[in-house]
Formats: sequence, structure tokens, C-alpha cells
Amino acid sequence: MRFNAALFASALLAGVASVTMVQAATPKDVIVMAKQIDDIISLDPAESFEFSGSEVLGNVYDRLLTFDYNDVSKIKGEAAESFAVAEDGLTYIFKMRKGVKFQSGNTMTAEDAAYSIQRAVTLNKSPGFILTQFGFNKDNVSDRVRAQDADTLIIRLDKPVAPTFFFYCLTATVASVVDSKLVKENAKDGDFGNAWLKTNSAASGPYKLVSWKAKENYTLAANATYWGDKAKNKRVIVQHIPEAATQRLLLEKGDIDYARNLEKDQITGISGNKEINIQSGVKGSLMYLGLNQKNANLAKPEVREALKYLVDYQSIETNLLKGTYQTHQAFLPKGFLGALNDTPYKYDVAKAKDLLAKAGLPNGFSVTMDVRNVSPWQDVAQAIQASWAAAGVKLELVPGDGGQVLTKYRARSHDIYIGNWGPDYQDPHTNAETFAINYDNSDAGKTKTLAWRNSWDIPEMTKQTLAAVLERDAGKRAALYTEIQKEHQKTSPFVVMFQQTEVAASRSNVSGFIIGPSFDNNIYTNIVKK
Amino acid sequence: MSQSPQATGTRAGGGIPPGLLLFGRGVLRVIPVIAITIFGLLLVTFVIGRFMPQDPVLAIVGDRATAEVYQRVYLELGLDQPIWTQFWIYAKKAMVGDFGISVLTTKPVIEDVGRYFPATLELATSGTFIGVLFGVPAGVLAAVYQGRWPDYVVRFVGLLGYSAPVFWLSLMGLLIFYANLGWVSGPGRLDVGYQDLVDEVTKVVIIDAIIAGEWEVAANAFSHLILPATVLGYYSMAYISRMTRSFMVEQLRSEYITTARVKGMSEAKVIWRHALGNIAVPLITVIALSYANLLEGSVLTETVFAWPGLGQYITSSLLNADMNAVLGGTLVVGVTFIVINIFCDILYRLVDPRAK
Repeated sequence: MRFNAALFASALLAGVASVTMVQAATPKDVIVMAKQIDDIISLDPAESFEFSGSEVLGNVYDRLLTFDYNDVSKIKGEAAESFAVAEDGLTYIFKMRKGVKFQSGNTMTAEDAAYSIQRAVTLNKSPGFILTQFGFNKDNVSDRVRAQDADTLIIRLDKPVAPTFFFYCLTATVASVVDSKLVKENAKDGDFGNAWLKTNSAASGPYKLVSWKAKENYTLAANATYWGDKAKNKRVIVQHIPEAATQRLLLEKGDIDYARNLEKDQITGISGNKEINIQSGVKGSLMYLGLNQKNANLAKPEVREALKYLVDYQSIETNLLKGTYQTHQAFLPKGFLGALNDTPYKYDVAKAKDLLAKAGLPNGFSVTMDVRNVSPWQDVAQAIQASWAAAGVKLELVPGDGGQVLTKYRARSHDIYIGNWGPDYQDPHTNAETFAINYDNSDAGKTKTLAWRNSWDIPEMTKQTLAAVLERDAGKRAALYTEIQKEHQKTSPFVVMFQQTEVAASRSNVSGFIIGPSFDNNIYTNIVKK
Repeated sequence: MSQSPQATGTRAGGGIPPGLLLFGRGVLRVIPVIAITIFGLLLVTFVIGRFMPQDPVLAIVGDRATAEVYQRVYLELGLDQPIWTQFWIYAKKAMVGDFGISVLTTKPVIEDVGRYFPATLELATSGTFIGVLFGVPAGVLAAVYQGRWPDYVVRFVGLLGYSAPVFWLSLMGLLIFYANLGWVSGPGRLDVGYQDLVDEVTKVVIIDAIIAGEWEVAANAFSHLILPATVLGYYSMAYISRMTRSFMVEQLRSEYITTARVKGMSEAKVIWRHALGNIAVPLITVIALSYANLLEGSVLTETVFAWPGLGQYITSSLLNADMNAVLGGTLVVGVTFIVINIFCDILYRLVDPRAK
């Protein structure tokens, strides 16, 4: 008996675990968010071009210009108080806002604004093209972009374009105004302070960057000397929580104030919870299929149109995407100048079969689609696979991770690609330039626009799209884009299906988060906790 | 008066204990093996990384960059060079401890690893501790009561740990013990309010908090650690208890056990000292394997618990073709395996005189 007791005692002893009762609740004045932030690779405005990084920069930096988040067409000054374009259509004059201080205490002048654009152009990192597309390069930029005096910034373009096109580009994070004195102090080996600015800030916005630990968290603190409306909270801490289900648990428990990456399953799961609010904002990102024209079947116009009739838009939106996307079928997102909001395509098997028969494929054909192996891509691709089968189109799904699928797409070795495209700035040219321009359809083509990636040779539409960007009358310009989209919607190898809605879930005692039209317009300043 | 040189040598060598000398020789013998292992590991990882159907330039410049920017980064990464040249350049730098910069974190890989590895070490060590604490007694229990209900219970519990997906266990654990019962803290290593309160000395939060005398922080860190450690511990327990059981069953059938019982030795002594003592060597191997497994294979647990560990680091780097980070991380895992092996060797010698 003795050994039995010893045996059980040892097993039981090991089973005794001490546990601590845990009190949940986040500190007052501190807003805690759970979000996937492992896409951030730099917080230098001249380099950062990822969604999460844009959001940080949008809260930390001022740009020369911004726009009304509720009405994108209303462009307004931020670091610049006023702005105008001269008669020649080439010279732009910006008067700087008076009394703006950087967080370092330095006063912001036109010199800082000029330096910021000069350094972004000279460094020419990923987002650099937003500025260099106006003819700036490292040799001419100090001449073309200069401070006339402390209050006046003069910018000269190489050709006249629609002024709103240039203004919208200045609202992008790459045009954030950096504290030139501070940056120069931290520059090393002619890097314009790039190495330092990756993890630090030299800004004037409503928040200061306290720290960013890659793949862990970032912390912003309210800037007490901000010139505009000051933040209503003291600190915002954003934790990297990769798993959506974990974000949901944290939110339900009250350990975080916001969960930012809930997927349809979690959103459905918490919709009945009175302690949780769900808010959403329309983003510019579009979900589409790209049909490679190198595939002989997909190159037939009837096949392209048939496939547009074979997607069950409504069912996918209601059953699979559940509030995270809405149907949209043109390349300019809702809210953009000239956006076409018609949705002429509905799921219609009979019509699709007719079109396939006209294309000489009455029994359908086989084709592959490259799909990212995560939600929602997989779910949507499977739904499409099922609905295409109804017309005899046998779709084989080829799963891969994001990088692999994209590499294949850029090499034009796919049949069909399913993915999304988000605008880089709020002007229609950002999407028109990629969906409706193909300069050189040969494999050696250097500009890998989406039209190029799908081998769609469109010399005529390229000309029209390039003309639209030069039209200075906004009304006429909008009409040009609408016309291009109508043609594009009918004939292009792009099945544009849905436009993204960004969803954030919060505790019901927290409010004021702004989900703006682009990722750098996700603003924290008004968030308050009761 | 004359002395042969050999005799002098013998006398000088006599100052070092023979055991240590033997051990020293053993170490000298394994050094080339370690070097070759590490070299092979680097080479294979490097080649696989380069042949992956994924463009490493994209990870840096993104999908929107112009052809000019793309080309510049392509050349900066040395991707225009033949793959062997690329490897040679990498290996030369690696030999002097320069593993390059991670694209995703923009920090030197060595610094990243120094940051993420302690988190993994903390989790895996606690997990293994729990695994051993429960697994060994459970395995012994099952062997002693072979074919009776304690055996069935242990085997069933073990089977569950073996076959249930670890991310499911993690999520269920969170749902029950964190969300419903509120016994433990949720994902992450610390509550927001406790972050950045203690200096990072070892980068193992609990130890750092204890060093700083911040008991509240240590308690919070423990409350965050206990659940993921228990999930990993359960997984490791399942393996250890199964192996312990089978080793013990074999021992308990041996004649020396019968002899010991016949001689009137107490049953506890027979089981815990003689039988368990005899399975120490294979058991150490099992525990070491399980430990090594937790050190490199707890990606899913790390993801669910938002634990910034090495598994997550290597995986997300791999998915973004951040090859410097993948190579650096893999190397650390490889070296850890080797260190655990050497440590096991030493333990064998300690517990089993025949191994000397």
C-alpha cells in the first residue's frame, strides 16, 4: 500500500497548479488595439509603403495637403495653409501654415517641405514613383522643388497635368513633411537619415512615435504641442496579434479596446454581443480576377464576358464575405472621381453558355487559378470553381502563399489570378494607370502594370488613359474615366468583383476611431473611452 | 638525472583529471562534426531559399515599385551573381558573425535572434518542465498498472495530446481558462500596463522581472506564460509518458526486478530506483528530442498566443523570402540541437557509468 500512496501522491502533487485570478480592463486614456502589424518594414515616409506603416505615418506626420475623409473630392491644406497653380499649369505655389512646430521643437518652414520631397525623390524607395512620375529625379529635384522663402514652397512640373492629380499625390504618406534639421543630424553616409528614420520619427502630427518593435507592437503618445485638434487620448498601443480568433477573445474579455483584423466568422460570432460595437469604412481595395491573354481560350472576347456572368456576386458577398466586401464591377473604386458604379453582371449560366458556344467552346474548357492559401481568397475561389462548373468550365485551383502567387503573376505564368489591388493615392490615375495602360506588351516590358501582367495589348486605351490625366477640367476628366471604365468593364480580361470594407470591432465604451478611405486615413485622435 | 621527454609530458598531464581529459578529447572530436553540420545546414537552407519560387526583391520593394527601383535592389542583394558566389559571400560574412540585415525588421539578424530566441526558450523550457513533471510519473503509473484503469487513463490522455492539433488545443485553452474562467492572462507576454517596466537583461521576462525585484510584473508574466507552456507541456507529456510507459513495461518484466522483489526490496525502491534508473539513458534522449522539438516547432502555439518567438520569426520571414532572417534563425535552431546533444552526452556519462 505504501508504494501506491507514494505513486499517487507524486502524480497528484504534479497536478497541483497555482493560478492567478486576472482582472481585465485597459488603462484609461490608453487605447489598446490588436492588429496584424508584421507588414511594417520601415516608418520612414520616403520608404514605408505597407498598410500598417501608412496608418502609423498618417497619425504621426503632417502632409502638405489632405482631403475630407467624408468627401474625398474636397482637397484641403494641412502643413500648407493655401495652395494654387499658376496660369502655365506647371508651377505650383504653397503657402506654409504659420506657427507649426515639429515634435523636436523646431519650427516648420518651406525648407522642410522642400527637403522632404527632395529626399523622397533622391532616395527613390518603393513609394518614390508617386513623386517621380511628375518628372522629378535626383538631379533636377532641388531645382524643381524649392523654398522661395520660409513660408513659400514652389514646385515646377515638367508637363501640365490635371492639378487634382498632383494634389492627391501630395496627400500620400511619401509627401509627409519631415523635420529637416533633425533628419540631417541623424544622417549617415549620405542616407538622408533613412536608417534612423526607419524606427524613429521627425514629425509634427498629432502623435509622437514612442517605439516600434517589429512584429510585436508600436506605441504612439499624444503630441501636446500639436497645432491642430489635439488627440483626445494620451497613448495608443497597437499589439501584433496575428490570429483573428485570438483578437476576438481579447476583445470579448476586455483586454483590448479594438480588434482590427476580425474575419467574417468572428464578426458573425460577436454580432450579438452588446458590449461590442462594429464599425466599417469603405476602402479603395478591389478584389478581381486577372485572365491571362496568353491562354488561347481566355483571349477570346466571348469567354472573357462569359466568365463575368459566371460569378455569383450576390451569394459570395452575402455568404462568404459578410460585410467585408461589397459588389463593385469597375476599376475605379466608389468615391473616386469618375467612378462607374454600375453592376451590369449578374450570375447567369444560360447567357454564359451562349457566349461560350459562340466562342466555339460549348462544352466549356479547363483552366487553372492561382490562389493565396488563406481566407478570403480560398473561399471565394472555391465558390467560383463551383459556379463555373455549371457552364462546363473546369477550374483547377493552385494554392500558394502570397509571395509565390505574386511572383508567378508578375512573371505572367498564370492562367487566372485572384487578388486585390488598392489605390496608392486618391486620384483616378492610380488605378487607371495599372488597369488600363500597357506601354509594351512584350515579355521585356518594363512597366508591369496589371494590363501587362495579363498580356492585354491595348494601345488605344493606353492613349485614352494618358490623355485623361492631362485634362484639367474636373467634369470633363470624370467623363473620360467613366467612358474608359465602360469599355474596360465589357472587354477587359479583368473580372472586377468586390470593393473592400474595412471592419473594426471595439468595446462599447470606446468610440471615435475614423476608418478613412485609405489606410493612412485611419485616424486615432478622436478615440475616447468612457 | 636525465629524464625522457615522455616522462615530463606524463607528469605535466597528470595535473588534469583523466575524466576531464577524456571529455576534452571528446569535444575536440566533435568540433569538426559540428562545423560540417552547420556548414551543411547553411548550404541546404541557402539553396532551398534561392530556389523557392518567390522573389526576394518583392519583399523589400513591394509590388508597386518601378522597374528602376526593383533593379537597384536586385543588384544590392547580389542576386545577379551565380548562386555559389552568393553563398560564398554569405558564408564568409557568417563566419565572422555577420548574418546580414533582416528585411522585415530592418535590424541585424543576430540582434533579432537575440530578441526572439529567449521568448522561445522561455516557452519551450517551461513546456518541457511541465511535460517531464507529468509525463514521467504518468508513464510509470501506466506501466505499473498495465492493462488496468490507470493505464487506460494515461494512454487516453496521452493519445489526445498526441492527436489533437496544437492550435486547436491552444484556442480551446484560451477560451476556457482565459475567456470563460479568467484564471490566466491572455495572449502576449505581459499586460499592456506592465510593458517596458523592467530592463531587458536576459530578455526572459520573468527572470528580468525577478532581477529587477518587480514581483507584480513577474506574476503577470507567469500568468501569461502558464497557459501556452501548459499546452506545449501537454503535447510533450503525451510523448514522454508514452515512451516512459513502454520503457518501464520492458524493465518491469526483467529478471533483475523479480530478483529484487524476491529479496524483499520495497516496491517503491524497485520501481523508482532500479527500473526507472535503468531507463534513464533512453529517457534523456526522449526528453531532449521533445525539448528540441518544442524549441523549433511551436510556431502554431506562438501564433495563437501572439508569442514573439523564433518559430514565428522564421516562418513569417520565410513567407516573405527574407532569407537572411531564415538562415540566421535556422542556424540558431541547428546549434541548439547540437548543444542539446552534447548536453545529453554529458548526462549519459553521469547517469550511466558504462557510458564512460
